[in-house]
Amino acid sequence: MAQRITVIDYGMGNLRSVAKAVEHVAAEDDEVLVSDDPKLILDSDRVVFPGQGAARDCMAAISDHHLNRAILDAAQSKPFLGICMGQQVLLNFSEENDGTRLLGLFDGNVHRFPGGVAPDGEALKIPHMGWNQVHQGYEHPLWHGIEQDSRFYFVHSYYVDPVQQDLVAATTDYGVSFASAIATRNLFAVQFHPEKSADAGLQLLQNFVYWKV
Amino acid sequence: MLAKRIIPCLDVDAGRVVKGVKFVDIRDAGDPVEVARRYNEEGADEITFLDITASSDDRDTIVHVVEQVASEVFIPLTVGGGIRSADDIRRMLNAGADKVAINTAAVFNPEFVKQATERFGSQCIVVAIDAKQVSREGEPLKWEIFTHGGRKPTGLDAIEWAKRMSDYGAGEILLTSMDRDGTKIGFDNALTRAIVDAVPIPVIASGGVGNLQHLVDGVKQGGADAVLAASIFHFAEYTVGEAKQFMQDQDVEVRL
Repeated sequence: MAQRITVIDYGMGNLRSVAKAVEHVAAEDDEVLVSDDPKLILDSDRVVFPGQGAARDCMAAISDHHLNRAILDAAQSKPFLGICMGQQVLLNFSEENDGTRLLGLFDGNVHRFPGGVAPDGEALKIPHMGWNQVHQGYEHPLWHGIEQDSRFYFVHSYYVDPVQQDLVAATTDYGVSFASAIATRNLFAVQFHPEKSADAGLQLLQNFVYWKV
Repeated sequence: MLAKRIIPCLDVDAGRVVKGVKFVDIRDAGDPVEVARRYNEEGADEITFLDITASSDDRDTIVHVVEQVASEVFIPLTVGGGIRSADDIRRMLNAGADKVAINTAAVFNPEFVKQATERFGSQCIVVAIDAKQVSREGEPLKWEIFTHGGRKPTGLDAIEWAKRMSDYGAGEILLTSMDRDGTKIGFDNALTRAIVDAVPIPVIASGGVGNLQHLVDGVKQGGADAVLAASIFHFAEYTVGEAKQFMQDQDVEVRL
């Protein structure tokens, strides 16, 4: 059955890649929309919530587009995929920009990477940029067909630290072990960019498009 | 652990890949979309396009190239060449590029880099540095920034320049040795090491790759976070997959 998948557009970052990648894996008669209309978002079958840039700018843009309520509602009611900042802003509070209050769907904060040097002598540069391994914490429909410890593409300087550890669907090591994916019954949110992660990323997006909640 | 990245680079002139690509089973060897798709299938970690179009009339074509590639190749894409204004950056990002590489415009107006990183974010601003050794034998090593394909000296010290660009918010440095570019004798690993030790941001080594050992040396001796090569992949001497396997066999962490 044809479905509508909406990519939330709140003016932060380039959504073209995300929309194109979702279109690439969706069924031919599925509709992939890019929209900032709360009504359209809540009428959709699935919602993708991407984001990039700084925490404060992101929160300001969400607020300017009057999207707080729609995002929180969608995140609790329908298949919802957060990407990058779209994962971080679901927590309570970010250290970025001298402290930024976030949407607060999940208890926990967003911290800056410590940097420094890894045990093998490699410098842990910030941003954490490139292909790193994602260790799946448990079986989940969105990991279907993706090998354990597959590499995905990351670009970020901050990471989420949810209080509720059973939210953590995957971890990645970069000086600290951080939650590179969190999940609830209907929500999946990742720090990496599936739309830029070649086959593994497309597989995850396809799994999302067909995820039966 | 973060993998070292392998980045094939395509020189694009008026919408066509130049330097002669020799993939036998690709009908239209000069089509950037086909070449990019091929590199993606071989496991490239990113792809860089350098727009070497001389005529401003043809500048728009690179935008269409990026649009087409971004619609079917889902890995990070960088575009360099002729990026001079915030509008240029916006157009490339809107077309589907993830990063832009700024070279000459940074030399003539360093503040442009600062403004660009503030507006678009450090993660999408790469500063491309073309450096040439200017110290003589026996003197301490010293490299200078050159523009216009290595013809015009600027008087800027490469290490000081890299530090300044990093301070201005550049997310990454694409470092090309003008002494090695096109020579196939390997990267200038002393140059790479000097820049890597001077800045806290990732450095991509470029210029001089002739075989797979050179890629390993760029990482192990130069300390590069990523290695960029053009001709060894263009002429199908090696596939990206072979390069990665070779690097893994030499204990370099790669995405296979």
